[in-house]
Amino acid sequence: MKQNNKTDSGADTAEGGQREQKLKIKDKLFNLFKVIVFIAILFIVFKIYLPRYFTTAVVVSARYAKEMIMIFPAVLLIMGLADVWIPSSMIRKHLGQKAGIRGKLLAIFLGSLPTGPMYVAFPLASELLRKKASLSNIIIFLGVWASLKIPQIGVEIQFLGLKFAFLRFIFTLISVVLMGLIIEKLVDEKTL
Amino acid sequence: MAVFINLTALAALLISIFFSPTKTKQGIKKALVKALGLAPQMLIIITAIGLVFAFLPPEVIRSYLGGEFDLFQLLFSAFFGALMMIPSLIALPLAGSLIEAGASYTSVAAFITTLTMVGFVTLPVEIKELGKKITIYRNSLAFIFAVIISLLIGVIM
Repeated sequence: MKQNNKTDSGADTAEGGQREQKLKIKDKLFNLFKVIVFIAILFIVFKIYLPRYFTTAVVVSARYAKEMIMIFPAVLLIMGLADVWIPSSMIRKHLGQKAGIRGKLLAIFLGSLPTGPMYVAFPLASELLRKKASLSNIIIFLGVWASLKIPQIGVEIQFLGLKFAFLRFIFTLISVVLMGLIIEKLVDEKTL
Repeated sequence: MAVFINLTALAALLISIFFSPTKTKQGIKKALVKALGLAPQMLIIITAIGLVFAFLPPEVIRSYLGGEFDLFQLLFSAFFGALMMIPSLIALPLAGSLIEAGASYTSVAAFITTLTMVGFVTLPVEIKELGKKITIYRNSLAFIFAVIISLLIGVIM
């Protein structure tokens, strides 16, 4: 295999990072273990003392568990792959370059990509702000990033229905654009 | 929808493998780490959904989160969403179960919209990165728009 690690954002986190990640995984496993024990105890207590409620609870839980298992591995896989193929450096490069409608459309597109949690978006937004990227585009980007990510919308359709997901998407998109425009008017960028 | 998402994931996986098996492996690893992080919360939510259905009769949920339009109810859901820190992947099944149990679309829309757009817990981070002014404007406007969005959805649904 060819060595094409130059675009690989994971390459700069050398062994130290890996060790740290292993520790994090250990923590997460321990967390999972605690939760499983807690739920198991809860179930046993229920089964013994409240058998009447137990059946309903288990039937409903099992139905939702099944629905989640059908969809979550795929969603997580899409997000994992997106994390690798769309590094934040790429978003940084493209966001805030273009002005006007095209800049706004680009902000919407970049925000909706299935990558990264909110705490990645804030530093990114702050950096762009310092580079004098358009404030309204940054607000739009943040709003879409938080609320309208692509795989999440699939999950929303699954659990809340197409009509609800569609309406929320449209209204939220309009709101986010309005918010961008309003905040740009309210805040004098020189005073930041 | 489940079929569509799974097919998309499969297509993405195949394309990714075609272009770079190494990166694909990294991506799968990231997905697994994410899954591991989400798993405890997922289990808790699944259990909680079962308990809600077992113990809260639909009339109770309807009287708190459903039924006739009620501004107090709407604001309560919106504040609840703003204060909570639940990954939306997990909040969406919870929201679905609330609808099934008798909550109104207005309440659920308010909850989801503020949950994602208003971050009370992340306010300090946001202030540090973007400054007080932008943060306050952004979050309060998001809250106001969330109320409007949920009203509109409630009327149309």
